[in-house]
Amino acid sequence: MRVAILGLGSVGRGVASMLARKGLGITVTGIADSKSGISDPAGIDVAAVLEKKAKTGLCGDQAVTARTIAEGGEYDVLVEVTPTDVETGEPALTHIRAALSMGRHVVTSNKGPMALHFRELTALAEEHGVQLRYEATVCGAIPIIQTLQHGLAGNTVHAIYGVMNGTCNYILTRMADEGLTYDQALAEARELGYAEADPTFDVKGIDTALKLVILANTIWNNGVTLKDVECTGIDLLTAEALTLAGSQNSTIRLIGEVVPEKRLLRVSPRILPKKHPLVVRDTLNAVTVVTDMAGAITEVGKGAGSVETASAVIGDLLFIKNCHVTGH
Amino acid sequence: MKIEVKDAPGQLVAALRPISDAGGNIMAVIHEWDPTLRPKTRIVQVVLDLPEERLDGLITTLKAAGVTILRLGEERLLLKRSVIMIGHLMHTDLSDTVGQIDRTGYAEVVEMHMTMPGIAQRSSALLTISATNRAHMDEAVKILRMVAKKKDLLLVEPLEEVA
Repeated sequence: MRVAILGLGSVGRGVASMLARKGLGITVTGIADSKSGISDPAGIDVAAVLEKKAKTGLCGDQAVTARTIAEGGEYDVLVEVTPTDVETGEPALTHIRAALSMGRHVVTSNKGPMALHFRELTALAEEHGVQLRYEATVCGAIPIIQTLQHGLAGNTVHAIYGVMNGTCNYILTRMADEGLTYDQALAEARELGYAEADPTFDVKGIDTALKLVILANTIWNNGVTLKDVECTGIDLLTAEALTLAGSQNSTIRLIGEVVPEKRLLRVSPRILPKKHPLVVRDTLNAVTVVTDMAGAITEVGKGAGSVETASAVIGDLLFIKNCHVTGH
Repeated sequence: MKIEVKDAPGQLVAALRPISDAGGNIMAVIHEWDPTLRPKTRIVQVVLDLPEERLDGLITTLKAAGVTILRLGEERLLLKRSVIMIGHLMHTDLSDTVGQIDRTGYAEVVEMHMTMPGIAQRSSALLTISATNRAHMDEAVKILRMVAKKKDLLLVEPLEEVA
């Protein structure tokens, strides 16, 4: 099976290096970063490209772009792992549309296009008889989309609750453990590389809201978007609030919540008993699915990281390879 | 709880007194008139707040006083839920915030812990609300949510999952 990788940031490098190392029967025929690209239908020496990228900042020829690779078509599956833009979904949206329209499968870690255009893109994939898989968009390494689509197939999903943002979870863990203020905990998260220079996207709950939108559409295909989510972040929490919760043997976590029967789609800081399965530490993620047959199922794992996210992307690739691509 | 008392002067007081003697807080007394009942008896529903460990002692006392306890079901315990409010709680009239819950008649703020780190800084308070049942509790929290929105306070609710 031949893949083209668009985006060579943390996720793209993780995917490329694992494909090079693990020998999974996948040939990389195209790679592009934001400034350059390389294409070879016979297969690229991925390790050499990664080395070049580390040395020069470029992965290939500046005349070759992500778009020319996406539209060039020397691949079976497009791996779209460029940075997320929550306003427009671009450039990922154009890449994904191009690949699906040509009848190519797509695997993406990009929340922007999936949250903004879920119905359009899934309909486009269906129309062309190809797979659009996006495990890496929600909760990093946790296989929550596979769980919902396959593991729990046939169940009626009553609700989903989750800790879906590692940055917020780290900040809240530190505030509770050490009595830090929000600003102190945020500064620490930045130093450790868990928080961006502009943390708004994480701490205001937008990242969690995007994940809820993707989960809700995955299960109910109900066309909800970001503006349907009631969203409160953690940036106004005080150290005293964490202490007060602690006095009741509880703590505070940023919870994303989808309950279709109550028409509820909400991100908000919530009080939970310390022993609750969703009270995970540091940058971990946790998600509970409540269904009619299985009852409650909780999955816990790493929500971010280069190789961890690559795990989700590669899981999707091998699912497509095993179930949908023949003759390669 | 639902109790049965004889329809005679002073009987209801006799049945209620042991409750206050045991340290219980009587929240509501509801008389039920049922013509099919045995003559000379009344059914009275009592909503009360009492530490759980004193309940058995109270039952013994009531039985000894000739009071029949018909039912001690879900109603025997009041529902409690704690929320945290953050913001300029005093400057936005804390007693009005609490009053909006207390005035409902079916819910009240029974406990509050508050920390005020400094003048002009936002304070944080843990409020425990007590209500007679889940629907009333949900209603009380909904009121608090609206008040918080209006007064620009952050309300942190407990996670109440669907079963």
